[in-house]
Amino acid sequence: MSANVEEKVSTKRKKSFAKHILKYWQLYLMLVIPIAYYVVFRYLPMFGNMIAFRKYYAGGSIFGDRYVGLRYFKQFISDRSFWRAFKNTLVLNIGYLIVRFPLTLIFALLINEIRNLHWKKFVQTVSYLPHFISVVIMCGMIKELVSTSGPINQAIVHFGGDKISFISEASWFPTIFISSGVWQSIGWGTILYLAAMSNINPSLYEAAAVDGAGHFRRVWHVTIPSILPTITTLLILDIGGLVGSGAAFEKVYLLYNPMIYETADIISTYVFRMGISGKNFSYATAIGLFEGIINLILLSIANLASKKMTDSSLW
Amino acid sequence: MATNTKKTPLKVKENLGYKIFLVINFLIMLFVVLVTLYPFVYLVSQSFTSEKAIIRGEAGIIPKGFNIDTYKYVLRGEFLHYYKNTIVYTLTGTILSLVFSSLLAYPMAKSELKFNRVLTPFIIFTMYFGGTLISNYILIVNGLNLKNTVAAFILPMMISTYYVILMKSFFQSIPKDLEEAGEIDGLSKFGVFIRICLPLSKPILATMTLFYSVMYWNNWYQAFLYLNKKQWPVAYYLQTIIRGVGAKEGDGDATSVSANIKSCAMVLTVLPIICVYPIIQKYYVQGMMLGGVKE
Repeated sequence: MSANVEEKVSTKRKKSFAKHILKYWQLYLMLVIPIAYYVVFRYLPMFGNMIAFRKYYAGGSIFGDRYVGLRYFKQFISDRSFWRAFKNTLVLNIGYLIVRFPLTLIFALLINEIRNLHWKKFVQTVSYLPHFISVVIMCGMIKELVSTSGPINQAIVHFGGDKISFISEASWFPTIFISSGVWQSIGWGTILYLAAMSNINPSLYEAAAVDGAGHFRRVWHVTIPSILPTITTLLILDIGGLVGSGAAFEKVYLLYNPMIYETADIISTYVFRMGISGKNFSYATAIGLFEGIINLILLSIANLASKKMTDSSLW
Repeated sequence: MATNTKKTPLKVKENLGYKIFLVINFLIMLFVVLVTLYPFVYLVSQSFTSEKAIIRGEAGIIPKGFNIDTYKYVLRGEFLHYYKNTIVYTLTGTILSLVFSSLLAYPMAKSELKFNRVLTPFIIFTMYFGGTLISNYILIVNGLNLKNTVAAFILPMMISTYYVILMKSFFQSIPKDLEEAGEIDGLSKFGVFIRICLPLSKPILATMTLFYSVMYWNNWYQAFLYLNKKQWPVAYYLQTIIRGVGAKEGDGDATSVSANIKSCAMVLTVLPIICVYPIIQKYYVQGMMLGGVKE
């Protein structure tokens, strides 16, 4: 009896499945190439990370040839250059977050206060510009500006100081990294805040005004609480990326030199030098994989915390 | 009337502080605008400065010994070859990206598609975890044997998951009735996508065109890893100039390139972007809003 019923259910399911495919086959067909793309260009490299546990020979299998266990992990744990890169990654990321995050928020609040719409649009347009510039050009600009004959040194000399060779002094790298990052991202970073602000119901402001709240109190009691979910989400993303060095790779690679590795070498640049320049593929992958996993864990924790605290989360 | 009398004193009280604030705010914004534009103005000025003034270290906001010789020089040289490469790569790449991103995003936007329960996590997971620098490199060089091909430049970044999510959100915002009406008129699912969805999606398509083309235009990294000198896009050529070894790197002749030539090449490379991005500003601001907060 029960077997019969089960059979019926399963044939029914098969039928409805066939119906579903028949109805939507064109949509499924559209997906074929994109899915193949994700398998080859996103998932194959993900499984290619296996070479962190398997010895890879140039020209051999992309998944490595011989299992070696945690050998490479043990190696990099006692590698002082790795820990230097790890520390630099954290220091640069945390410093950047601490400077950029509040500045972006304040900038968005200030833009929101501009009354002249033409001026507002102009400020916004100009502030988006650096976002679209190639890292190559940005680093080229930085080098021109801070070079010993550049305008910053000209100004220092003008005020009676001594020229500073910014690009070859390790102590200056975090400053250059963080300030150029703020320069490039502050305008673009306001888009989501301004979008959230434009969605605030005006009657909230009116109600606050009737209650006698002045202009600044309204910002504090209406604007900020209204955009809190946006702030949280962006903060989660940033915290989740604190150990990540992939995004900063290009900029650091284009700006640094052996003289300033002490403060400038980050995980991804170290992985690059070890792996692609030095051909220690498996060793470098072990470091990269370690970074990726820590990142994933960090993001999950931040996400969980935000779900508990505010209801807004990434997944 | 009662509200009027209540409001007036309140406003007067607020006005003084508020007015001061508005002035300060204006000054802050002016400062931001100037700081943002200064490096660009400086580059443009240098590109018009004479070689002699550059050597004397007299670069500033106003070009000394104004001339266009640098532009003539740069536009005569190999710069144009690399510039053309970039144009070809950007056009090809952007078209491929647009086609395959929308082919992916459209079905993902259909909640009635059962497969999406598996597909969406499959796609989104790649935003948070993926291959390392090395495994990507090995895939291209060893697995697919694409070194020294333009495919190695375009394919690794052809579909951006983040942009697919933005497109998906936009497609979801298209009213269902319109698509259903199309089906009643006898359009197939694919016909609805082409004839009804895409024409309504101009804002997001414009946004994606900008984002993808900027991505290809600016990319130097894939070129640096995979392309030979003849295939370089201008961004990577620029990098070799900025490093100071010029295009003669391969010949072992390390000549330093003077600042006016560097600046001129940078200005020419950045110019198309500066001209294009403000035009569709209202679209991409809208597009970012749609997919931005909840990804």
